[in-house]
Amino acid sequence: MLLRNLPRRASRILALALAAVTLSAVSSLTVADDGRGFEVAARSDRSDRGFQDSEVELQMILRNAAGQETTRTLRISTLEVPDESVGDKSLVVFDSPRDIDGTALLSHAKILDPDDQWLYLPALKRVKRISSANKSGPFVGSEFAFEDFTSLELNKYEYKYIGEEVVDGVTMDVVERTPLYENSGYTRQVSWIDQDIFQIRKVEFYDRKGDLLKVLHLEDYREYLDGVWRTHTMKMVNAQTGKSTDLIYGEYKFQQGLDDNDFVKGVLKNLR
Amino acid sequence: MKKAIVLIPLVLVAASGAGASAGELEFTGEVSGQLRFFPESAQFPGQFETVQPSLALEAEAYWESDDRAHSLVFVPFVRFDGQDSNRTHGDIREAYWRYGEDDWEILVGLNRVFFGVAESRHLVNVVNQIDQVEDVDEEDFLGEPMVMFATQQDFGQFSFFALPGFRERTFPGSVGRLRAPLPIDEDATGYESPLGQASVDALLRYSHFFGDWDVGAYYFYGTSREPRLIPNGGGTALNPFYDQIHQVGVDVQLTTDAWLWKFEGIVRAGHGDVFGAWVGGFEYTIFQIAESDADLGLLAEFLYDGRDPASAPVTPFDNDLFVGARLALNDVQDTSVLAGAVMDVLDGTTSMRIEAERRLGDSFKIEAEAQFIVNAAGSNPLAALEQDDFLSLNLTWFY
Repeated sequence: MLLRNLPRRASRILALALAAVTLSAVSSLTVADDGRGFEVAARSDRSDRGFQDSEVELQMILRNAAGQETTRTLRISTLEVPDESVGDKSLVVFDSPRDIDGTALLSHAKILDPDDQWLYLPALKRVKRISSANKSGPFVGSEFAFEDFTSLELNKYEYKYIGEEVVDGVTMDVVERTPLYENSGYTRQVSWIDQDIFQIRKVEFYDRKGDLLKVLHLEDYREYLDGVWRTHTMKMVNAQTGKSTDLIYGEYKFQQGLDDNDFVKGVLKNLR
Repeated sequence: MKKAIVLIPLVLVAASGAGASAGELEFTGEVSGQLRFFPESAQFPGQFETVQPSLALEAEAYWESDDRAHSLVFVPFVRFDGQDSNRTHGDIREAYWRYGEDDWEILVGLNRVFFGVAESRHLVNVVNQIDQVEDVDEEDFLGEPMVMFATQQDFGQFSFFALPGFRERTFPGSVGRLRAPLPIDEDATGYESPLGQASVDALLRYSHFFGDWDVGAYYFYGTSREPRLIPNGGGTALNPFYDQIHQVGVDVQLTTDAWLWKFEGIVRAGHGDVFGAWVGGFEYTIFQIAESDADLGLLAEFLYDGRDPASAPVTPFDNDLFVGARLALNDVQDTSVLAGAVMDVLDGTTSMRIEAERRLGDSFKIEAEAQFIVNAAGSNPLAALEQDDFLSLNLTWFY
């Protein structure tokens, strides 16, 4: 259930989406069949590779339909696992609200198997292994579902290239993806990926009835290292309830020398 | 003293930032007002009636070096109780220095450590003494003096604890509710070890996970955290007596889909014949029940304890079944309710407990807790609490 790195995953998803389309010789989607999609996806995927690890602080602003706001602050550390048959490792620590200060979540993402997740409860100093079967439930009361953070591995979806669209003067590739994993709250998602820096700019989420449920905007991309882009503002709006959640990221720190021993359950008690 | 404790947190509110930043000293804490209502009249002479108000303060000072290798933690706690002077008490929950390298760490000072997976009883949790006067749920612990060394390897974590300076269990006073039939005479505390409180305990623990399995195991030698309560010569009070024990503990959890399968067990020598005890069961969660955002967890555990009450501290959990449910609304206020009952399958004694909590605004939390004992058999240790059903309300301010 970790807030893993959305842009990085997005680029991978794009890579698979376009690769899948490219490989289907009888596809009617001629736009993708010229190989440009694969090229774009490969470049996008490569651009993020080798970031090694990252640390970032962010604010989560929850807004109800009447516009009342509640803010949470959290820190996320991510360890890139070079082996692509295994997911990355990540650690989320809450700083506020104060009653959950120090609550931490460790996740070892998997590709096909359920993620391994441990929750640290500071009141009892207790580390608890938790189920990662909860996909569509809200993450800490926000408009983000667990699967919005965790189920972003490439081959958890089936992809369909929709076409190109110009939004605010930027040409976007539009790709539809359908979850293949169990318990998803979505029948499909539609994403807009720019052709300039190859990052996801917008995602529409459709619920189990096929109705539009949520719209996510990803803004304020900044470049770190060489070609490693990160969004710094994510706005998720629930189209059915009017509630929304913003994620406002601070400056990322990359290559902090983190390793596997920083992502074991034994470290959870030492995080404040 | 009371005034100073209140003032310090107020001054520090302005200084507290969001999260611990390396190199900075961070102060946080909580102030909690509590009202406990006992609707039934007291069972034993001298016990107070009806209402028990109290106020608790816990502060935390935290510092870590720029490279995060060193950290210093100080967590004092104090409660002022309006009825029971034993419950007006203070403790240093944590006061330690920790140094960590990539694959090892050392910690010196007072700290709290938790082992175990079960919900109904924390059987394998052995390092810290229970702060029994705080609550009967055995989830409040006294800071334990320790030197801890741990190393993280590919095949798991090994921790070694040397535990000097034994902490005696706290008990309600003779006026307090939720106590044994006779008052505890803490001045008459006895030890098997000739060193008494100065005896040093040792514990070696291994912990790791293998796929869906999380496992832990330890060996402990030292002074039992559980005292035997021995009536004095006049039969007017109970004298705590702490024996030396050897104990092996194991905890295992299998996490698969929405099921958590849990087991924890001990084998103990030193309290009469060698005996075993275990708690085992499951927690199954129905996510987004009835198309809402709420999750409903269903829990069941069996508790067995093979000790001989003639030579070991008594426990009510010898042959008991626990069933419970946890409802988490997953709303912005993190509202949750936990309800459970433990029934002795041999004598029918049943204790029921409900806990509910909800955040108010950003920095307050309200908690309600109720416990009822029904069907108490005279031979069950819980019979002493039969008239002590209670409702507790807590309002906590976090800063």
